[in-house]
Amino acid sequence: MSSTSGATTSASKPASTRAKPANKGEAAVDWVDGRLGIYTLAKSNLRKIFPDHWSFMLGEICLYSFVIIILTGVYLTLFFKPSMAEVVYHGPYTPLEGIRMSEAYASTMNISFEIRGGLLIRQIHHWAALVFVAAMLVHMMRVFFTGAFRKPREINWVFGFLLLVLGMFDGFFGYSLPDDLLSGTGIRFMEGAILAVPIVGTYIQMFLFGGQFPGTDIVPRFFTIHVLLIPGIMLGLLVAHLILVFYHKHTQWAGPGKTEKNVVGMPLMPVYMAKAGGFFFLVFGVISAISAIATINPIWAYGPYRPDQVSTDAQPDWYMGFSEGLIRVMPGWEISVWGGHTLNLGVMIPLAIFPMVLVAIAVYPFIEGWITGDKREHHILDRPRNAPVRTALGAAWISLYLVLLVGGGNDLFATHFHLSLNSITYFVRVGFFVVPVVVFFITKRWCLGLQRRDKEKVLHGRESGIIKRLPHGEFVEVHTPLAAKDLHTLTAHDQPQPVELPAETDENGVARKAGVLAKTRAKLSEGFYGEGAQIAKPTAEEFREIESGHGHH
Amino acid sequence: MSHDISEENLPESHGDSHGHAVAVHDDPFADPGLPVHEPRRTDIDERAAKRAERQVSLMFVVSMLATIGFIASYVVLDIDKIVYIFPLGHVSALNFALGLTLGVALFCIGAGAVHWARTLMSDHELPAERHPIEADDEVRADVIEQFRTGAAESGFGRRKMIRNTLIGSMAMVPLSGVVLLRDLGPMPQQKLNHTGWEAATVQKPLQLINMNTNEPMKPEDVLVGSLTFAKPEGLEEDAEDFQVQIAKDALMLIRIAPEDIKDSTSRDKGFEGILAYSKICTHVGCPISLYEQQTHHALCPCHQSTFDLADGARVIFGPAGHPLPQLKITTDEQGFLVATGDFDEPVGPSFWERKR
Repeated sequence: MSSTSGATTSASKPASTRAKPANKGEAAVDWVDGRLGIYTLAKSNLRKIFPDHWSFMLGEICLYSFVIIILTGVYLTLFFKPSMAEVVYHGPYTPLEGIRMSEAYASTMNISFEIRGGLLIRQIHHWAALVFVAAMLVHMMRVFFTGAFRKPREINWVFGFLLLVLGMFDGFFGYSLPDDLLSGTGIRFMEGAILAVPIVGTYIQMFLFGGQFPGTDIVPRFFTIHVLLIPGIMLGLLVAHLILVFYHKHTQWAGPGKTEKNVVGMPLMPVYMAKAGGFFFLVFGVISAISAIATINPIWAYGPYRPDQVSTDAQPDWYMGFSEGLIRVMPGWEISVWGGHTLNLGVMIPLAIFPMVLVAIAVYPFIEGWITGDKREHHILDRPRNAPVRTALGAAWISLYLVLLVGGGNDLFATHFHLSLNSITYFVRVGFFVVPVVVFFITKRWCLGLQRRDKEKVLHGRESGIIKRLPHGEFVEVHTPLAAKDLHTLTAHDQPQPVELPAETDENGVARKAGVLAKTRAKLSEGFYGEGAQIAKPTAEEFREIESGHGHH
Repeated sequence: MSHDISEENLPESHGDSHGHAVAVHDDPFADPGLPVHEPRRTDIDERAAKRAERQVSLMFVVSMLATIGFIASYVVLDIDKIVYIFPLGHVSALNFALGLTLGVALFCIGAGAVHWARTLMSDHELPAERHPIEADDEVRADVIEQFRTGAAESGFGRRKMIRNTLIGSMAMVPLSGVVLLRDLGPMPQQKLNHTGWEAATVQKPLQLINMNTNEPMKPEDVLVGSLTFAKPEGLEEDAEDFQVQIAKDALMLIRIAPEDIKDSTSRDKGFEGILAYSKICTHVGCPISLYEQQTHHALCPCHQSTFDLADGARVIFGPAGHPLPQLKITTDEQGFLVATGDFDEPVGPSFWERKR
């Protein structure tokens, strides 16, 4: 089509079919568009609509703390020496004068005491890492409890899960690098855990450490993993995660004018550019201020790593705390198998449960999708109360995590609250099995109670606080009926029905057996949506009946 | 006041005329549609808008000042200057100043931008349509057809020999990468089974060197109730492999009245009630450093495995799977404490090849 217009102008000057740019700025963008096609890309994105809710910015905190970590991390690599070569300390920190230490530790001391602002950047790096993992967990809770992981977003959930796991491990590798007494103890623990792996454990240990513990290879190897391998993978996953957020368009809460077929909110340019862009600076500013005020990981106080020394209160960073809990409360079972080989169950079982606790998060969307048999896309969020079993499962997981966190800090709980360390450990052993079950039932009940309250509100209106005396002396409280938008919002949710087993006989009357899988699925589905798992939402008939009843009062 | 608010900025009055009044009749819960936009103060009052503009600019100005403060602190403050700041205590002046000025400089940019967006940019909520993620049947059929054509043209399914050899070569080529990992480290061999004490023999025993004094010890140097850490004679801190050696050789020496020692084998390995246990925990290898002299219990501070040192270092609590190995000790001609051989069993965490 453009060839005709091109042909007419080409006689006088080289062809461009485009309208004349209005100014130099437009001309520059035209130039870029001619090479990258950015107009087409921006057409659907510049004014892309994002819905507004405070919980939608939790993911932004993750993104921004990741950016902060990258920026400060690059700065730290300019000064950090990832080497375990031994040096003798001579520097401004006199308590360590003349002490032998690795170059990794010495250079971290140098960053903290001799590079101006080095300590600040180190602190921002470490604080941002803690905020990063915490924000990822809270962001995932938001997505979980609102059902935002449902079709079409299951894969993005998995990307997010991988980012969480990689973030945790990169944090572990990162705080291991300074080769101080605390982090060295963490690496020693990792070595012990690797040795507990049956058959190949000793080989993996020798290969990873380049010989016996601690050797001189582990810090440089961790360095490469920490600054290149894992961040590289994370960056890829992060970009994919964001592209999918754009592609799927953001979920939204139910409300007037909001449907599964639209997204209501404000445009990326200018509102979200300002809000989200500004939020980066807010997060960075707050983390900087925290780093000025609160010291984190004071490696000078721990001293350099020695395998024969340790400090009490040795604790990993908080996100590794639940694995620490697993390892601390596990009984020391060690058995002999295959003619005298040692199977160290006391370390192996926690080592196996650790990933299972995490994988439970990763696979949940697929399990729920299978149980419900729901193949529709979902863009309207569930209120947690309207999915009682899911909410209860999530709460049970969190309670398990917290119980293990208590187990991981059993020594701190014992000393700070003057409790018996042994009692805390026994409590965690029992609590591991009991607490999540109790929390599950309490949460489910709670959700059902809230559903009843919503129903009550829809049918009878909101309590107005006005007491009226009726002619015959009875006192009643006047209820204000809800506005149409509230009536809609409170009744907009789906109430799925449990899947049913196929009829026992087919259309020809021949008996048909349901498989174990189909039966399990029907049972689970009954548990999710059957009797006692949801309160039937008010119907229009119920509503009208009560409305007309009001006149007779 | 009101003369500042121009008439055309005021919202049109809106009654109940729209949407839901009708909807109530057939479905009380029907979607009433997007609510009418409620204007903000800044939308209708030019003075409020001006005020918001000044507030936003003020924050950006504060940010600039904070950046100047950051640079000034960097130049002026000494890195080793410590100041007392309530309630933080004694802190590095430079770190505090840099962190706070940077924090303010960044925070104010963010606060200004967000305030700008909230007060002055349009807050009209707009709907955008969603389209199903999955393709319609026509596109689906077209793509599958294209794929089938491509697959048929390649002959991948038909020429089985090409297919199978390709799969074979692709499966094999990563093996080179695996092989390259071989030299990451040595084979385990007997490395985990022996410690530096294996150099000791009855003819040439190794003295136990006190870690604190760096001197050999006589039995009378080890008092009942004390806890002493020791290393083998000849292992110096400046040795190339000191860290690897001390990770296995570290000893803890205690003295218990011989009649209080419950385990006779343990008593025989000791010398007049002096017992030498491996300091490395059998759980995951932390050095055990807490000793309670009344109960003779040793506690690992990492995971709280507790060992009864009067009873052959039996595990009485915690996740450790077996007792601490004990080193047999005696005295040499000069009366110094010595070892005449290695531990009977590997020290530290257990592993698959460890014999039980």
